[in-house]
Amino acid sequence: MTIAPDKSTELVVPEGHVKLVIDGVEVVAPKGELLIRTAERLGTVIPRFCDHPLLEPAGACRQCLVEVEMGGRPMPKPQASCTMTVADGMVVKTQLTSPVADKAQQGVMELLLINHPLDCPICDKGGECPLQNQAIAHGRSDSRFHEHKRTFPKPINISTQVLLDRERCVLCQRCTRFSAQIAGDPFIELLERGAQQQIGVAQEKPFQSYFSGNTIQICPVGALTSAAYRFRARPFDLVSTPSVCEHCSSGCAERTDWRRGKVQRKLAGDDPQVNEEWICDKGRFAFRYATSADRITRPLVRDADTGELRESSWTEALQVAAAGLAQARDKGGVGVLPGGRLTVEDAYAYSKFARIALRSNDIDFRARPHSAEELEFLSGTTVFTNPDNGVTFQGIEKAPAALLVAFEPEEEAPIVFLRLRKAARKGTTKVFHLGQYTTPAVEKTSGTLLACVPGAEANAINALPDHAADVVELLSKPGAVILVGERAAEIPGTFTAVARLAERTGAKVAWIPRRAGERGALAVGATPNLLPGGRHVANAAARAEVERAWGVEEGSLPAAPGRDTTGILEAVANGELAGLVVGGVDPYDLPDPVLAEKALENAAFVVSLEQRHSAVTARADVVLPVAPAVEKSGSFLNWEGRRREFGTTLEGTGALPDCRVLDTLAVEMDADLFTQTPAAAAADLARLGDGAPTGSSLNVAAPLQSPAGAGKAVLATWHRLLGNGSLQVDEPHLAGTARPVVAKVAEATAAQFGLATGGHVTVSTDRGAITLPVETDDLPEGVIWLPTNSGDVTVRATLGAGHGSVVSVSAGSTSGVKS
Amino acid sequence: MFESLKGFGVTFGTMFKKVVTEEYPEVKKVTAPRFHGRHQLNRHPDGLEKCVGCELCAWACPADAIFVEGGDNTEEARFSPGERYGADYQINYLRCIGCGLCIEACPTRSLTMTNEYELADDNRQDLIFTKEDLLAPLLPGMEQPPHPMRLGDNEQDYYVNGPQLAKAAETKEAGA
Repeated sequence: MTIAPDKSTELVVPEGHVKLVIDGVEVVAPKGELLIRTAERLGTVIPRFCDHPLLEPAGACRQCLVEVEMGGRPMPKPQASCTMTVADGMVVKTQLTSPVADKAQQGVMELLLINHPLDCPICDKGGECPLQNQAIAHGRSDSRFHEHKRTFPKPINISTQVLLDRERCVLCQRCTRFSAQIAGDPFIELLERGAQQQIGVAQEKPFQSYFSGNTIQICPVGALTSAAYRFRARPFDLVSTPSVCEHCSSGCAERTDWRRGKVQRKLAGDDPQVNEEWICDKGRFAFRYATSADRITRPLVRDADTGELRESSWTEALQVAAAGLAQARDKGGVGVLPGGRLTVEDAYAYSKFARIALRSNDIDFRARPHSAEELEFLSGTTVFTNPDNGVTFQGIEKAPAALLVAFEPEEEAPIVFLRLRKAARKGTTKVFHLGQYTTPAVEKTSGTLLACVPGAEANAINALPDHAADVVELLSKPGAVILVGERAAEIPGTFTAVARLAERTGAKVAWIPRRAGERGALAVGATPNLLPGGRHVANAAARAEVERAWGVEEGSLPAAPGRDTTGILEAVANGELAGLVVGGVDPYDLPDPVLAEKALENAAFVVSLEQRHSAVTARADVVLPVAPAVEKSGSFLNWEGRRREFGTTLEGTGALPDCRVLDTLAVEMDADLFTQTPAAAAADLARLGDGAPTGSSLNVAAPLQSPAGAGKAVLATWHRLLGNGSLQVDEPHLAGTARPVVAKVAEATAAQFGLATGGHVTVSTDRGAITLPVETDDLPEGVIWLPTNSGDVTVRATLGAGHGSVVSVSAGSTSGVKS
Repeated sequence: MFESLKGFGVTFGTMFKKVVTEEYPEVKKVTAPRFHGRHQLNRHPDGLEKCVGCELCAWACPADAIFVEGGDNTEEARFSPGERYGADYQINYLRCIGCGLCIEACPTRSLTMTNEYELADDNRQDLIFTKEDLLAPLLPGMEQPPHPMRLGDNEQDYYVNGPQLAKAAETKEAGA
């Protein structure tokens, strides 16, 4: 049978596209596309090392050579397809159809292998190595090189985590380009020339980056390896499970590789809408907390005779907990502090448990400084945002301007920082940081610092139209965004000022908390004033709706808004509330750790749902072990409001998610939560749906700043990405890449207090004192900056102070400071 | 009548043939020299392990009988020349089919097979052989690891000049 040639197969070239021929196949490609990608769309994989879709073309490895013909004239030599863009009428022959291209590729491969040690058996990349794979697919079967290979001393530590094996390097420069273009930490660079050319670091400056793990992942050979995964496993005996990062509120896609019930490593997943192909080092390397020695695996009950915790059965522990909570509920009430690290499903179980089993609105997920103004802002606006109506990662990239208020992106949400940097590098986005000094993030986003004294952020925002009209003008352009960090809760009036500025300019506002579970906990009503879906507890219709969905008696849900975290702790401390249910909360993260300690001491009954021993379990009457993120399924809601679902990575460990534990506990208390599994909880939550937006009425006046007084300074402080976080234990290699713990002051302030460069400073309040090294930076005068919780510096636990507090400053001696 | 005589004829004839019965276990059978018996993890002449924990044997194994986990050699505790050694090594003889693909895969000739075939037991646990069971015995001149490299400054010396170095050490010892 003959088929008549179909005229309609003639390719139509749309506007902005070109037509070319690859391996005899006509193809239409958008102008500016690289040949290597066009070929890839056709299903022809051209071998490559240096090419990476998210990095700028380099043409460094020459592995992707193809034969190109333009206007009927062949180019004299094979061309690198990773740097050449498509053109109309181009005729390309890859290794599939061109012996010239194939021979050229084989020649390049032979050249690359001349100095490669071929120590694949001891190399971590073996089995997943692009060099190994492509040498087999596109290389010669034997080498003509019989001389001695160039050798280097075996791996050098370019940081405590990243090891560099220069022998294996093929000089593709993916790592240096990543550092320079994406992360902006150009501490790793090409050194020397010719045959001695190598990757290296500057002697005096170690490779210090929060994104160094990505260079390991994109290295196409085994030249960069991590100390944590070194020699641990091989790709073929690892099981890979897609997962979501449990650390910050970005909700990055990850791939968790595990073996014999133990996580061996985490890699960045590919999600163009969220993290692209990058994750931060905390997300990549901090996972051993789940296997640390102090993990709780059995329920613990405090023995009435000895006063010590002893292991018990689940049945006994749940009975004791239920009886104790019921008694405490009837004696005054029970407060619930779920913490900010829960999945949506677990937080929903806490929310429902508080309302149905404890019949109270005394629940607050905010295990950090917080304010009523913040709650008003969150419950009025943030809770109703989602990727369709709010700020998104991609929205940031397109924004003409981004104003960052009390938000340190690199430390608090590193992937947001990467997007800001990407947008700033394209030149389309102007970034303004309302903060205290020119942090690395300000520099790397080519940002403008709007410096103010800690606590004066609200005044600074209100004064923007007068002092920085250009900022307001840029923010008035469509698509502009304002990003607010969790520190804003420590500064009265900030949310009010932000809301007013947003109203005036039309910019979209996003609240970016530090912890993964906060946005989700807000959505499911783990707050004193909200029911799930942003419904206000005081709204009778909303209450009735929830009552019907939950199948509880009409009018049984409490109508009065409950207490917030500090309110709950105060009430427990003075005996108004009798009991506490505490999730993953570290008392030393709270604004007043002394109050938290007092409350835990004073509480008649404390139930702790924890993974590891903590200050709360030390005081708890019943400790119920719960599963870490890898041992349960669920979802996080990231700061965009995007649902980030993940499945169980390690099955069959016997660890139960919080929602299951609370469900069983509620049954013991004669209440049904219907949250036996995360899936059941999610379905129950989905049936409920969202409430109607209410809008917020923010009206908190910005405080007037008074001078700090003699010998005093105003404290600026925020958390670093890598510090004393409880999810970063057992990671010595990661801890080594943390930034040095130093205080920062302005030069004038240093002179005023007699602080010498390279000397120490003592910062004190009536609670305690911290002595640490001091550096000068461009802070406002009379301000001192400290990391909140890094090394020996524990601002909240030792000083009981926070951002905007007034502290005493004096020149410190070096004695009593651990180096 | 004739049939039964024929039957006894077979019996009678067999009495003059060579006996095929094996007198096992009193007399052990000598295997062919390349018989695939129990594995052995060999040592360098100074006692350091040849295994680098590369897992290629586990990769090659069609029965999934081998489990390996690599480890980092340190200056304080060195088990093999070079950076990497086999920290955990297990062969499950309930699974092993004796095919020998593992010893072909071994890049350092660490894993070889002996002629030992007595691999039976009355419980499963004892048939999972660990590194202690599999390591070759210490011959004279060998030293139980961990210890520093005695035959050279780096692993190159072991792989390239290993036999000569061992011989040199031997003659030196004999001379002294």
